[in-house]
Amino acid sequence: MRGLEIPHDPNLIVGFDSLDDAGVYRLTDDLAIIQTVDFFTPVVDNPYDFGRIAAANALGDVYAMGGKPVTAMNLVCFPSRSMDLAILRDILRGGMDKLHEAEVTLVGGHSVDDPELKYGLSVTGVIHPCKIVLNSGAVPGDSLILTKPLGTGIINTAIKAGMADEKAIGMVTEQMAALNRRASQLMQEVGVHACTDVTGFGLLGHACEMVQNNSIGIEISYSAVPIFAGSIEFARMGVVPGGAFRNKAFRAAMVEFAAGVPQWAPDILFDPQTSGGLLISTSPEKAKVLLEKLHYTDHREAAIIGEIVAEPKGKISVVE
Amino acid sequence: MIEVDARGFSCPIPVVKTTQALDGHPGKPVIVLVDSEVARENVSRLARSRGYSVKVEQVLDGYRLQLAPAGK
Repeated sequence: MRGLEIPHDPNLIVGFDSLDDAGVYRLTDDLAIIQTVDFFTPVVDNPYDFGRIAAANALGDVYAMGGKPVTAMNLVCFPSRSMDLAILRDILRGGMDKLHEAEVTLVGGHSVDDPELKYGLSVTGVIHPCKIVLNSGAVPGDSLILTKPLGTGIINTAIKAGMADEKAIGMVTEQMAALNRRASQLMQEVGVHACTDVTGFGLLGHACEMVQNNSIGIEISYSAVPIFAGSIEFARMGVVPGGAFRNKAFRAAMVEFAAGVPQWAPDILFDPQTSGGLLISTSPEKAKVLLEKLHYTDHREAAIIGEIVAEPKGKISVVE
Repeated sequence: MIEVDARGFSCPIPVVKTTQALDGHPGKPVIVLVDSEVARENVSRLARSRGYSVKVEQVLDGYRLQLAPAGK
């Protein structure tokens, strides 16, 4: 979008100039809509699971802002000449089931013929304009919570390499298909300062967005970060997706690793996530309450992974 | 000399091809040709995790990795 002029609109609360998860537009004084779109090529072999994951991922940006998704539209790119339509039906059924679980209404969609299969959704949510949770707003002293384990990019690469077993595939599929809905509701109940969802830029990439344009820094303890079983081993074996290297190169100047941090740590902390968890910043007292609630509601691997610091500003430090 | 040409392949294929070569020729040095930094990094990780030393040489169309088993 660089170089394009975007006309100013006073009702646009969150737009392109911030690094936030979705766009937010004020309709009335007590109602704003959140709009987001995401689609991608298959991350797992099973079409139904791919549909579920794509829907959970598309809904994620609305949950990250504390909103309630209301409607969705399908986006389909399908090679109708070379692929059985039954596959598409399974993908769409997976997406539908996820929307049903999220109590979101499918209102339509659009499909094009494309040699490479892609699926995703555009999602519209609602929120009170005063209750929007941005990725900025964290304050020094805050605890940082991550609600899902990291490593989906690495495990997905291992699946492509034929190195992941059924158990690992099942585990990562269920995590990717899991909605951030409950975690989002709980963070609104407890009250938080900032939130984002961990997706393509990896944990550290999204953490960088939280400190950018803010006079704060973040300290992350790599040993506290929840990680999928097997992903450390895969990282050591060189099953690291290209995205992790790109994420690391892009943010190299902002992230510092303490001496003694093992090589697999940056690989996993920069691993691009599909439908990753929420990264939430709130006071230590509230973080404790929120973490208990998360553990009680199926987010058993949620953990406090670090804290917001006053110095060094605009930097992420990764420590033991 | 055993040589793996993984140029033109994106990850994880270079790692898969190198794994096959290492498994097929235990204790032997292996040369791997790759054409991206990602493949260079990943093949280096694989080799080191299996106790090989890695020497990277930049060549015209990418990188030439010399993997040597430990102690040789």
